[in-house]
Amino acid sequence: MKYRKYYTSIKKVWGPLMIVEGVEDVPYGVFTSIVLPDGTERKGQVLAVNGTEAVVQIFEGTGDIDTDHSGIHFSTEPFKVGVTESMKGRILDAYGKPRDGLKPIVAKTTRDINGRPINPYHRTYPHDFIQTGISVIDGLVTLIRGQKLPIFSGAGLPHYDLALEIAKNARLKDDNEKMIVIFVAMGIKHDDAIKFYRSFEADSKLDKVILFFNLADDPPMERLIIPRTALTTAEYFAFEKDYQVLVIMSDITNYCEALREISSAREEVPSRKGYPGYLYSDLASLYERAGRMRGRKGSISQIPILTMPNDDITHPIPDLTGYITEGQIVISRELNHRGIFPPVDILPSLSRLMKDGIGKEYTRADHPHLAAQIYAAYSYSQDVKMISTVIGEEELSPTDRKYLEFSRIFEEKFLNQKRGAYHSMEKTLEIAWEALKVLPRRELSKFTKEELDKYYD
Amino acid sequence: MKILSINGPIIKADNDGSIRMREMVKVGDFGLIGEVIELQQEHAVIQVYEDTTGVKVNEKVEALKYPLSVTLGPGLLGGIFDGIGRPLKKFSENGFIERGLYPFPLDGDKQYDFISEMKKGDEVSEGMHLGHIIEMSLKHYIMVPPGVTGIIGDIFPGKRKVEDIFCTIELDHDDPLEIRGFHKWPVRKKRPVNERLSMNEPFFTGQRVLDFLFPIPRGGVAAVPGGFGAGKTVLQHSIAKWSNADIIIYVGCGERGNEIAQILEEFPTLKDPRSGRSLMERTIIIANTSNMPVTARESSIYTGITMAEYYRDMGYNVTILADSTSRWAEALRELSSRLEEIPAEEGYPAYLASRLAEYYERAGSFKTLSGKTGSITAIGAVSPQGADFSEPVTQHTKRFVRSFWALDKSLASAKHFPAVSWKISYSEYGEEVVDWWKLNANVDWNSMRTTLTEILQDADKLENIIKIVGFESLPDREKLTVLSSNLIKKGFLQQNSYDPVDSFCLPEKQVKIAQALIYFHSRSAEMMNDGDSFNKINKSEAIDKIQRLKFIPFPSAEFDSTLDEINTELEGKQ
Ligand SMILES: Nc1ncnc2c1ncn2[C@@H]1O[C@H](COP(=O)(O)OP(=O)(O)OP(=O)(O)O)[C@@H](O)[C@H]1O
Ligand SMILES: [Mg+2]
Repeated sequence: MKYRKYYTSIKKVWGPLMIVEGVEDVPYGVFTSIVLPDGTERKGQVLAVNGTEAVVQIFEGTGDIDTDHSGIHFSTEPFKVGVTESMKGRILDAYGKPRDGLKPIVAKTTRDINGRPINPYHRTYPHDFIQTGISVIDGLVTLIRGQKLPIFSGAGLPHYDLALEIAKNARLKDDNEKMIVIFVAMGIKHDDAIKFYRSFEADSKLDKVILFFNLADDPPMERLIIPRTALTTAEYFAFEKDYQVLVIMSDITNYCEALREISSAREEVPSRKGYPGYLYSDLASLYERAGRMRGRKGSISQIPILTMPNDDITHPIPDLTGYITEGQIVISRELNHRGIFPPVDILPSLSRLMKDGIGKEYTRADHPHLAAQIYAAYSYSQDVKMISTVIGEEELSPTDRKYLEFSRIFEEKFLNQKRGAYHSMEKTLEIAWEALKVLPRRELSKFTKEELDKYYD
Repeated sequence: MKILSINGPIIKADNDGSIRMREMVKVGDFGLIGEVIELQQEHAVIQVYEDTTGVKVNEKVEALKYPLSVTLGPGLLGGIFDGIGRPLKKFSENGFIERGLYPFPLDGDKQYDFISEMKKGDEVSEGMHLGHIIEMSLKHYIMVPPGVTGIIGDIFPGKRKVEDIFCTIELDHDDPLEIRGFHKWPVRKKRPVNERLSMNEPFFTGQRVLDFLFPIPRGGVAAVPGGFGAGKTVLQHSIAKWSNADIIIYVGCGERGNEIAQILEEFPTLKDPRSGRSLMERTIIIANTSNMPVTARESSIYTGITMAEYYRDMGYNVTILADSTSRWAEALRELSSRLEEIPAEEGYPAYLASRLAEYYERAGSFKTLSGKTGSITAIGAVSPQGADFSEPVTQHTKRFVRSFWALDKSLASAKHFPAVSWKISYSEYGEEVVDWWKLNANVDWNSMRTTLTEILQDADKLENIIKIVGFESLPDREKLTVLSSNLIKKGFLQQNSYDPVDSFCLPEKQVKIAQALIYFHSRSAEMMNDGDSFNKINKSEAIDKIQRLKFIPFPSAEFDSTLDEINTELEGKQ
């Protein structure tokens, strides 16, 4: 970074913020470096400039900063990260610096971590699906290249296991294509984060992954920049080096809490639950960096992971996320209790892009109707289940009893899958039909007659 | 003027007295576009329509002497613009949005053939059509600007480019006015009309649940509230594709980039079922996605509706779809909070309601200045936090729209699409459309609609009883109600947007299916009166056939013969 000005006129320090007075020519949004009396440095960013006063946000904590002996350098540009293919296999921090004790990253190219919005006219609509080998995902919430598909989970649920299965199994249609997983830890436990590293290491696949770590005991404000550093790296790999990039970011809830802290320190008017009114736009500035672009071979897909506070899907974080992403995979505590893995509750789950990535040209002609039918049948079977707890299974109509059986087979055979087992698309569709065949033909209203003739009988 | 402070998209500059409220400015060394939104003796508050990173205090601010305006003229159709009307197609090839670029929004090189409809010496007044060119395959009128009266000095039929002079008008007390192929209009100011007309023609969306149960006339306004994933965007896309509008303005306001990409990929390949032309030819996209500047999101709906008014002035029926008005309201909130205004509910500014009203009031059916009839139908998506309809944006919107198409998340997760709730949706436009059905389809639409709604409501009541005693314990008559209601849901209300046949449905076909459903219900009741059991009726072949009617192309021999089979089946059971 190039620094130009140095000031010692620190007027006020509070929360993660400080005010520097008497500044001149400080551009809005640029990177700063604060020098403490003992010579250590803290990085920051200009949040506002008012006449000769600059409001600076400090990423690495304000502890020990004083007004008399500390100083601050202002650079002339926003924070930039060096990007290079040699980042593969490395564990890096929020600034793209090594955390694995290995040699520094030497990069010729640097990029502003805030990026620029993709011109919607230059996007290409995603079509190609990424096969994960997990039946419930491939069959019912298909992941498409260029999609952002978050996992909505809760504390203590196996979302990392699921994310890891997806990350390691993900296959593209064409084996010659290059693929890379970028894992971004935001305030998560060391054990959870390192599991990703170990697992790729064990399979000697470290060249297929880059890890960015901000762990639970790292400075919370760095959570605001680490996803941007990672996504900037992703853009480099996808749009300049033709990689199919899968970015897994966890935990979005920690990111949002850091944002809330800044906002309340600035005394901004909050919207719901103390989160700032711009939480939606801010999250969108991360999620919308997924996609494909005209004339470029690569893509960025995202799997953000968030733990819903109190398992509440209407909490602002999952709610606003759902409004931006292209669907969601919802983990169910109840299914998890019953030992089903992956414990995906399909009813609130959805992949919005799957319709254009499945079917005749991509998977199999009956796939769209099959998925719709499973959803409808499973939804109805849940109603039946409720009624049967009240009136007893014997009082149910014969058809309704069939629905209960369907739901049993579906959960035990289709949802439930041995870890590491890779199901082909054929197999996935086959198990789905097996479950549906329990139902009377007339119930299968989503299919055409031809499809029923072919697969039902 | 010089910059005093920068806080995200809001900057302050010193006021040298020359600047006006709502004036456009160029900000700083990057030359970013901004608008004055507050004026005080010492300073002006400016909202900047582009990212302000790198802007410094003391850089200069240049007043542009006009309000935020959009360029209107041939070449808008088929185009894609950002929230302040910049042409996204003309941005640089690297694919990302750059700052400080303002290309001319129209195609300046394209030659049009101007057919004049007036001649030298004619007296003209505002809104009159001087002549037209053909844009796509639509007559695009060159009009006398609002406020102008005079005599045609010269008129130049023949090959013209938009920036050429098409005509000059001699004015009483001024130099002659040169009329070019385009002009600018301030987006926040509604274009004048002759008068507002009453509405009497249905706007057909092609969606049965809307057209039949919750209709809207041309010039009407509707809101589509629903939680995430409830189907707002798919519904709006369907309307953009299949409705009987002449022109569609789609405002992607704070939503996803991929949804815009989808329109751009899909629309050119689809044909307008009525005119047979590519859908893109009647569509204008305003795209200000969630990651683009919020300030331009705030202006995007005005940019859209101004374009709508422009084509309305030519006598067209325009439909404007805004997805999502909640994101627009949030942009208001964000800007208001940066201005440190005192918030009303949930941080939204107190003027939220009046801004919503202003927007929706620009819709309607009108007699234009030239005496033609034109309309703007406005349909806005609302994205309530936590799908809770009691929040401010939904509540205020409800005050200004007369059709409320509420999407129900539980229907959506059961894959009942469009997830329009028959319980809480409503339309106050029954009066406006009833005559059309009588005159054109020769049916008593109102009573058919009531019959369908009653069956649905009766079944809803039974649902609670079923939860306690089970379906099997119901008396036969009530079992039939549940069966008929399920048939109405599956065979009529549900419409899969991706089905090649059923993605849209003509009004005539809607009537036929509704008639079959109603006949099934009344005929079965009759048969049960005559002693038939529910189980016997439940086995009727007619059920499956009614359910599949929607998938059969219409009009067709197959459709007619299936209807015949259904009728024979039902009658034969005597
Ligand atoms: N009419 C329909 N036919 C078939 N599927 C539909 C229909 N409407 C919605 N869907 C399904 O629901 C998904 C979500 O719909 P949509 O994107 O319109 O939701 P939304 O209400 O706009 O959500 P958000 O507020 O997050 O933008 C679609 O991707 C599609 O799978
Ligand atoms: Mg939407």
